[in-house]
Amino acid sequence: MSGQLIAAEGLPWPPRVEDFYPPDLAGPWVTKFTLMIWLAVGLLIIFFMATYRNPKLVPSKGQWMAESLYGLVRDNIVREQMGNAGIRFAPYFTVLFAFIALTNLFGIVPGLQISPNSHIAFPIVLTAITYVMYLYIGVRKHGLGRYLKQNLIIPGVPWPMHFLLIPIEFLQNFINRPVTLAVRLFANMFAGHLILLVFTVGGFVMLASDNVFIQVTSVFSFLMAILMAFFEVLVALLQAYVFVTLSANYVGSSLAAEH
Amino acid sequence: MFIAAEGVEHHPLVPIWQELVIGSIAFALLCFVLLKFVMPRMEAMYQARVDAIEGGLKRAEAAQAEANQLLEQYRAQLAEVRTEAARIRDDARADAESIRTDILAKAREESDRIIAAGRESLAVERQTTVRELRAEVGGLAVDLASRIVGESLADEARRKGTVERFLTDLESAGAR
Repeated sequence: MSGQLIAAEGLPWPPRVEDFYPPDLAGPWVTKFTLMIWLAVGLLIIFFMATYRNPKLVPSKGQWMAESLYGLVRDNIVREQMGNAGIRFAPYFTVLFAFIALTNLFGIVPGLQISPNSHIAFPIVLTAITYVMYLYIGVRKHGLGRYLKQNLIIPGVPWPMHFLLIPIEFLQNFINRPVTLAVRLFANMFAGHLILLVFTVGGFVMLASDNVFIQVTSVFSFLMAILMAFFEVLVALLQAYVFVTLSANYVGSSLAAEH
Repeated sequence: MFIAAEGVEHHPLVPIWQELVIGSIAFALLCFVLLKFVMPRMEAMYQARVDAIEGGLKRAEAAQAEANQLLEQYRAQLAEVRTEAARIRDDARADAESIRTDILAKAREESDRIIAAGRESLAVERQTTVRELRAEVGGLAVDLASRIVGESLADEARRKGTVERFLTDLESAGAR
């Protein structure tokens, strides 16, 4: 009991933004977050290399898992959003999906317990790639002038309306898309971690209370924390799916012929 | 270091630029390795599997079609054989009929011939008998006459003529 009291006293309450910024391990380049990113990269490379070192037509269990991931992204995301012409992007989107899903799941892995994507820098990097990709593909396919025209000018509208519509379209296609893409992922991971902090740390704080009734009530707080951890698994995978689906949709809209 | 880091105020929407750099490098490395060494093989395997499955289906369809074709062929052959058998049966029946008619005709002919021959020989017999009888009756008559008159008729020719005339008269009387 006394040990828990000490632990509870050491925990910051209520959770703050600074909880998301643990002290650097060795300068700003080597932090928990950058190490988690390297860990994710290493795990994914090992996983895919190991399971796909010697692929067979009748797959082993590992190969089957890797292929299911690829099949999910290829058939359920990329082909749905981009059609058959987009299949050549399926490998990249598979890597993207695996990376986001794994880094999101770090949020509930004991010892790590926070997703790198709760620092907006990483969603920004991933979004930037999608953004550059769909701008580049659109301009290369249609030419700069026609690409802008397709994205900014809605056909069949009385001309004075364009004073209103062009800024709106610009905002929607070139500003909102990337910003929402990055912020959605970041905010989900940020909020998820915050919720887990509230119920876990909150449970310890209640346990440290002098009031027996509050101490007993802490059980519900811990139960809630467990429940939310499962919920976070769902959110982690769902957000990876959403991010990749929207990325594929944006790139697909650049591939499409018309507005 | 710790103290310096602790002292910095963070805003969650402002990225740490070192993390941007690390994130870019790490993700680029991940993409490079996986897109170069793993994903092309995965797509190839995917295609190979689709080919294998669709190829199998196609092969099964081809086998099915071939089986159907063979079945049709056998049915056609069977029908052909049946008509052939029926034709042969008809032919045999016709042959038997004709043979029967032939044999009947031949038998009838044979019997006709035998009857005719019998009749002929009967007629000849009768003729002969008649002739012999006539000669005998002539002789007997002559004998009887010569015995009755007691003398042999000197004129042979006349005697012959008398007998002949008598017999002819007899015949014509008989025919009448």
